[in-house]
Amino acid sequence: MTAPSRSRGRGWSRRLVALGVEAVLPVVLVVVWYLTSAGSTNFYFPPLSRILRAFADSWFGSRFTADVLPSLGRAGAGFGLAVVCGVAVGLLLGSSRVARSLFEPLVEFARAVPPPVLVPVAVLAFGLGNSMRISVIVAGSVWPVLLNTVEGVRGLDEVLRDTASAYRITGWRRIWRVILPAASPPIMAGVRTCLALSLILMVISEMVGGGNGIGFFVQQSQRSFALPEMWAGILLLGLVGYLAHLVFSAVERRLLSWHSGSRQSSRGES
Amino acid sequence: MSRPKVLRTGWRVRSHAPLGLLGVLLALAAMEGVSRADILPHRWFPSATQTIRALVTEAGTAELWNAIADTVEGAALGLGIAALIGIPLGILIGLSDPLYRLTRALVEFLRPVPSVALIPLAVLLYGTELRSKLLLVVYAATWPLLVNVVYGVRDTDPVAIDTARAYRLGRLARIRHVTVPSTLPYLMTGVRLSASVSLILAVTAELVIGAPGLGQIIVQAQAANAVPLTYALIVVSGLLGLALNVLTRGVERYALRWHTSQRAGSRP
Amino acid sequence: MLSIDRVGMRWPGPDGGTEAIREISFDVGEGDFVCLVGPSGCGKTTLLKCLSGLLTATSGRVALHDRPIDGPPERMAVVFQEYGRSLFPWMTVHGNVALPLRQQKMPKAERERAVAAALAAVDLPGVARQYPWQLSGGMQQRVAIARALAYQPEIMLMDEPFASVDAQTRADLEDLIRSVWREYGMSVVLVTHDIDEAVYLGERVVVLSDKPTVVREELAVDLPAERDQVATKALPAFAEIRSHVYNLIRRSPTTGPTNRLATPSTADTPG
Repeated sequence: MTAPSRSRGRGWSRRLVALGVEAVLPVVLVVVWYLTSAGSTNFYFPPLSRILRAFADSWFGSRFTADVLPSLGRAGAGFGLAVVCGVAVGLLLGSSRVARSLFEPLVEFARAVPPPVLVPVAVLAFGLGNSMRISVIVAGSVWPVLLNTVEGVRGLDEVLRDTASAYRITGWRRIWRVILPAASPPIMAGVRTCLALSLILMVISEMVGGGNGIGFFVQQSQRSFALPEMWAGILLLGLVGYLAHLVFSAVERRLLSWHSGSRQSSRGES
Repeated sequence: MSRPKVLRTGWRVRSHAPLGLLGVLLALAAMEGVSRADILPHRWFPSATQTIRALVTEAGTAELWNAIADTVEGAALGLGIAALIGIPLGILIGLSDPLYRLTRALVEFLRPVPSVALIPLAVLLYGTELRSKLLLVVYAATWPLLVNVVYGVRDTDPVAIDTARAYRLGRLARIRHVTVPSTLPYLMTGVRLSASVSLILAVTAELVIGAPGLGQIIVQAQAANAVPLTYALIVVSGLLGLALNVLTRGVERYALRWHTSQRAGSRP
Repeated sequence: MLSIDRVGMRWPGPDGGTEAIREISFDVGEGDFVCLVGPSGCGKTTLLKCLSGLLTATSGRVALHDRPIDGPPERMAVVFQEYGRSLFPWMTVHGNVALPLRQQKMPKAERERAVAAALAAVDLPGVARQYPWQLSGGMQQRVAIARALAYQPEIMLMDEPFASVDAQTRADLEDLIRSVWREYGMSVVLVTHDIDEAVYLGERVVVLSDKPTVVREELAVDLPAERDQVATKALPAFAEIRSHVYNLIRRSPTTGPTNRLATPSTADTPG
């Protein structure tokens, strides 16, 4: 028996120290920013203290429900739809050679379109509103998931496939218990890219055509030269991006724990 | 920095090109039919023939080619600057363990920050100048390069390094003959990702800020309600992206022609 | 029970393709233990895939209870050589053994009993909640065997099941297979390139030749049912069968008197 659990206890304290080391640079940078900007009269780079005050004023009040929640809702809806559609279509294309050949050039083209150019088309088709924004997010971020699902399904190990066939595992159980888990490492890599694209498209779609949302707020602040507010918005977008990344990483670690485990043990043996 | 996730470059089924052509024709026919029969409002969904006609007309104008040149210039310059920053920095961080640990959290924090958050700052600082576009492109395109290079350097086979040391290769020679070649596949992945990110951000700057380029004339066409032209320009942007993908894949294949296990090695 | 009648397999390709196996015929009776032995690289795995319905032979017929096989049949279990790729790494040992039973819609209580019994039969109690990759290679192959047993097969196909484990583990697993075969009473078809293993395990041995694979000879193994790694292998009968099989495999395929297809003109070598 190999022992992936042996070093767990010792690992925790070591990880805490490592975390401390890692936190040094970000903390130092924030402190330097705070100190050097303290007396700043530069219009573009206001003191960090003012930005933080603007951050608290802007986001801890009614704006949270007026701008932040709608933004997150749109990004979440678009992202969720993109993942579901991408995986579903990817499964289909991955398991049918004919469908794959038929759609290959179209998909190659669609994923090469820079997603932000979809905004004007979506404005034409849906006007200015949530359906425009969500459809932009879906149409722009679905491709990495779709392509990686196809790749994952096609890369299914032959022995694995034979095992499932020999034990007559068919239908939903085959998709859910065999094909999707086997393809999940590349799928999750695609989902990570999809998440990043969703946030970018959320911001862009909010900057076009007004309404509400974080992107809209940031742009309004810039246009009315409310610099501390603009910086507060940039800071919030950064935080949202980072938090989304943290949540995703946690989910991924959980879903793919078997994968890293089996990789480690097969590397240790050979 | 966690292991960078390698995006697959799509699937290759060259033997079935006729089927693919059929797929394209079917899609065009569907677009034509849906629009002609007014299943989707004809006003907002032009037919394929209308779009192609607009595309042909536009291709005869200097406006389109100038716009393409502007977009390509922004993306290429941005990618170049990102490479000048990301690659040396990546090698440095990858080689030094303390530096890696020190910068890890910072990179983990800054990388997921959506680059479009910098749009207002870029507008204020540089307006619609090229520098405005470059700020966005460079910020976004540096991360994939940096992270992939760091991972590649750190993933260098210790046995290869020990071998080089046993034959008394100096530190610089070790970097040149062992570290750099084994990092190359990761670097190429980074280049491929950064190139497409560059194009995306260049177009974004044109769309949102109004910097000259393909994005800008797309917005103009949409604002003027020139629907077929808008679609035609989207097609152009897709073709541009396609050309970029083909180019970066070609560069990758050329740079890694010695690296036979490259494809198999990237399998999870 | 399982009848293999003039089965042939030809891979498509230029010049009529490559012939992997040719006109193979033998039968597997109820409760039989048949070992297929042949040189490395011959079409043994291809043949086994034809028997399991994972591949369809290009000629001839495979039938189970007189019904031709056109896909994996019910109550047939397969154990692969590559246990690391055959066990699903995202499932626990319990999940792996239970999956085929869930597919059969076996009630939960019964399923739990079957899983526990199978794990006990392969001498692996207490690992149900671990993941396969946390176990050693030999233990992983035991899990794969437990999965086959829990499936309650009437026939079990094994493709080089012990080729990827160390010698000591291999001996243990060989004895394990003999004991579960006698206990469960199913038929076993085991493919191996190891002559000792084939003779030690089988009640019958089918000797295969190389490229294209044909049956060289079928022989009964006249050894006591109770086998022992040391005592059985020291028996004169064991040595006799062993050297007989060894000579069959070593002899070139076109000159052997037992070769039923001694027609050099058609025995074209692929490539």
